Amino acid sequence: MNILLGIVYVFIFLSVYVQVFFLVTFLEKRKYILIRTKPIELKEYPGVTIIVPCYNEEKTIAGTIDSLLNLDYPKDKLQIMIVDDGSKDNTWQAIQKFEKYENVKVFHKENGGAHTAINLGLKKLETPFVGRLDSDSYVDSQALKRIMTYFDDKETMAVAPSIIVKSPKNILQGAQKAEYDMAVYNKKMLAFLGGIHVTPGPFSIFRKKVFDELGPYKKAHNTEDQEIALRMQEHHYKIEHCPDACVYTITPNTVKKLYRQRLRWIYGFIRNAIDYKKLFFRKKYGTIAFFTLPSGIISVLSVIFLFIMLSCNFINFIIHKIIQINIVGFHYLFLSSNFDLFFFNTKTIVFISIILYTSVVTSLLLGRKMLEGKFRVSFDIFYFMIIYSVIAPFWILKALVNAVRSKESSWILEREVKMAE
Amino acid sequence: MQKQFDWKRYVIVFFITLGLFLTALYISNYFGNKKLNQLQGIQDKISIDILSSETQYSLLSELSCKNISGSILSGELGELGNKLEWSQRNIGATDEVNYLKKYYSLLEIKDYLLSKKISSKCGIKSAFILYFYTTAENCSECEKQGIALSALRDKYPELRVYSFDYSTDLSAVKAMIHIYKIQDTKLPALVIDDELLTGFYSIEELESRVKESFKLQEIKPIDSKKNAK
Repeated sequence: MNILLGIVYVFIFLSVYVQVFFLVTFLEKRKYILIRTKPIELKEYPGVTIIVPCYNEEKTIAGTIDSLLNLDYPKDKLQIMIVDDGSKDNTWQAIQKFEKYENVKVFHKENGGAHTAINLGLKKLETPFVGRLDSDSYVDSQALKRIMTYFDDKETMAVAPSIIVKSPKNILQGAQKAEYDMAVYNKKMLAFLGGIHVTPGPFSIFRKKVFDELGPYKKAHNTEDQEIALRMQEHHYKIEHCPDACVYTITPNTVKKLYRQRLRWIYGFIRNAIDYKKLFFRKKYGTIAFFTLPSGIISVLSVIFLFIMLSCNFINFIIHKIIQINIVGFHYLFLSSNFDLFFFNTKTIVFISIILYTSVVTSLLLGRKMLEGKFRVSFDIFYFMIIYSVIAPFWILKALVNAVRSKESSWILEREVKMAE
Repeated sequence: MQKQFDWKRYVIVFFITLGLFLTALYISNYFGNKKLNQLQGIQDKISIDILSSETQYSLLSELSCKNISGSILSGELGELGNKLEWSQRNIGATDEVNYLKKYYSLLEIKDYLLSKKISSKCGIKSAFILYFYTTAENCSECEKQGIALSALRDKYPELRVYSFDYSTDLSAVKAMIHIYKIQDTKLPALVIDDELLTGFYSIEELESRVKESFKLQEIKPIDSKKNAK
């Protein structure tokens, strides 16, 4: 039991460490966080192509394209490529309507996954900058201009935006809104330290050079936006984050959909981390090697471990209560519960958990401050804490199991191939 | 462009995190000590109560039982027992907790002897249960018995349950164990009215025995008077 408690302490220590790491970075760099609220003008407007891969998105695609057409950017400098990745619904008909715009091109191809759709666009690319926008997202009209200012730095190779959940419709989306707000803060801190590990599908902008030099997108366990970032990190390409470039995304509205999405993300993270294991703890790779990737792995392991521990405790508690009810009957159960401060748990773990939760809420509020200009406490934060504590362990556990399994099977496959030889 | 490894940041963050952990540890210890002090306070109070009761008993033993009420016995033994049990589970079996537990056992024995004396002399309605359990090994029956006894005590506030940890290293407790021939293989063990019961007894069984025990003790002084005649 003591060993288990020791492991719990180590995991919580590392989790608090991650939060303190962000906070220290924030205190050090906060004056460099650039938040612009008014439209800006650029000295020059380089050509940008936005590739929109879509698959069965007939309902949302028009909104996505409209938001691109409304971007505050010279039309002759902005190309839009819509690639229908073999949709089975009326997506193709929906996107053809946009062909009338001079700067819009539409393509249709056999289904092959998001990465193949973007790669088709990359092949036809004529501008020095390229971005993608997933068809479940809408972009703010000022986003592109603000992002482009980061390319004034010749070393910047890619810029990620802030992704925001627009007007959440239910508690689950509210919880995700809180989570996304926190991610804005975390991402900016990682950007300061050069440790960003994902250039998200919604509206990350790259120099064309990245794909010319490093090659196109890969399937990468269906998380090609993580893989390209890791590939860039491997080659010491600088990835920035533009906190005031807002992209609104539609988040899953049911637990089942959220579960599927996160399963893909976490599974992709684990598999990509394995694929790029050579980055771990290598001095020349900096923050990604010592912080981003290790903290991701630690969070996967600690969530699973703490969840199993807490579940065991909870089951014990229930068993104890059942025994109690069996012995004394239900009516006695609450009879003797005299309130006494003495029985408040004051174990170290209680205070450490309070520190951990406080630091997470602080991160979230700092993210919100960056986006909205003020600290805003809302029920979303509470939903986020509760919902994610309960359901996140399931997709994380499943992702880990899947990652281990498929590794095993590919290993078996390799053996079989060798034996055949 | 190769990245600089900013090791200073990692070290500083480590020490800040460590500082937070030590603060949590300090706060936890602070409250732990406060609790132990509180326990110590209750024990002191009980020990004064018992001493006072003994003195009162000695003073009054020459006279009638009229002036001795049930309230002369300390009412806080039960509360102390609960808090000690909780502390052992939550603060851990530290030296302080073990010391307090030994002291508690001693107070229980004194209280037991005194209340037995008073009830046999004055026929005050009282029922005693001696309860032996163990914390040295996993004893699920003991846990169940403890729950049943707590509930019983809540139901009958005048019922006095004296619980003894078999593994307590104290000669007085060892003597009790010896007198009632308690074996560590037969725990939990209960002594109700000098009768030894081993294994788990449900709340209903105990209740009927306790009621029986009430009557017996009511009758006893009359019997002794008859005998005296």
